[in-house]
Amino acid sequence: MEKLIFIFFNVALINNFVLSKFLGLCPFLGVSKDFKASISMGIAVTFVMTMASIVTWFFQVYLLDPLKLEFLSTIVFIVVIATFVQFVEMVIAKTSPALQEALGIYLPLITTNCAVLGVSLLNVKENYNLVESIVNGLGGGLGFTLAIVIMAGMRERLEYSNVPEPLKGFPIAFILTGMLALSFFGFQGFFFR
Amino acid sequence: MAFFEEFSRELIKGIGKENPTIRLVIGMCPPLAISTSVLNGIGMGLAVIFVLLGSNIIISLLRRYIPSKIRLPIFIGIISTFVTITDLCIEAYFPILHKSLGIFIPLIVVNCIILARAESFASKNPVVLSIADGIGMGIGFSLALILISAVRESLGQGTFAGYSILGEKFDPALVMVMAPGAFFVVGAIIAIFNYMEMKKRWKS
Repeated sequence: MEKLIFIFFNVALINNFVLSKFLGLCPFLGVSKDFKASISMGIAVTFVMTMASIVTWFFQVYLLDPLKLEFLSTIVFIVVIATFVQFVEMVIAKTSPALQEALGIYLPLITTNCAVLGVSLLNVKENYNLVESIVNGLGGGLGFTLAIVIMAGMRERLEYSNVPEPLKGFPIAFILTGMLALSFFGFQGFFFR
Repeated sequence: MAFFEEFSRELIKGIGKENPTIRLVIGMCPPLAISTSVLNGIGMGLAVIFVLLGSNIIISLLRRYIPSKIRLPIFIGIISTFVTITDLCIEAYFPILHKSLGIFIPLIVVNCIILARAESFASKNPVVLSIADGIGMGIGFSLALILISAVRESLGQGTFAGYSILGEKFDPALVMVMAPGAFFVVGAIIAIFNYMEMKKRWKS
């Protein structure tokens, strides 16, 4: 149990996917302009990351490991994730139009989000069991949501401030992210004191 | 001659005005994550050039036979094949580099640059031009990576590609090789390039 708590806080706060592992930066920079959209994106990513952790774990343990095909994990995982996202999209479209409205365009984008493939590969690399993989995926997704929501709040404030012309757009977004990453360093004294 | 001009134009655009990292700001995960040392940057750059070249050639050769409805899964399949080849080769011949690049080699699969070039260029253009496009984009990416990692390594450790350049007295700013430094350096470099572009526009 202690290990699960450690994995969760480690991946969500101390080694945040966006701010310290640099995974999932494309949606982080692209969608963080709008507060509402960033929450939808965070929820979609959390959901897909958790589910992808489960699905790819089964593929790794019951298909790739017994057949000694570990080197194919990249190809298998990306195909599994792409298929899975497509499937989720179809299910949501059939069952919940409201949810589809909210997540709409973000779901297909998630296929090429490196955080999803990243969490699957990290689960394999760290030799996590099923429960640990789920916690890793969930924590990573929530950490991503936290980062993107904070970022969206900061960028909305930025609208009213006078940014020098060359810094407008991406450069100031990067520098803000750097400051956010710096403040997340504070979480490092969390567990090992 | 016209053909040669077209070839070199496709080659140069990826390095200059359509530089994927500094101008288009796509595929930002590797430039931020592995730019802690120049050698990492060069290794990552070469890996991306190889994958981009391979996938551009194959997709361009097959462009008439790939049904447009399922083109994205096919592109991803082709790209991930090349990524796996690269991953295994680096693991076999450069184990130290493989360890420091870590998870970011398999993650080349989801790098937007490669899929973007497949979708917007290789699937519409002949093979030779796709080769030029792949090499140009790859070199543009590598140069940006080397620039970022040179700044981070020299400020954060006082070295360049492992050799000390700033002398004994230099007190390295460790934050530059840690996560926040990556964001600061990339933001500053993009801002500098924006500024140069604006200055050019004012003159004309």
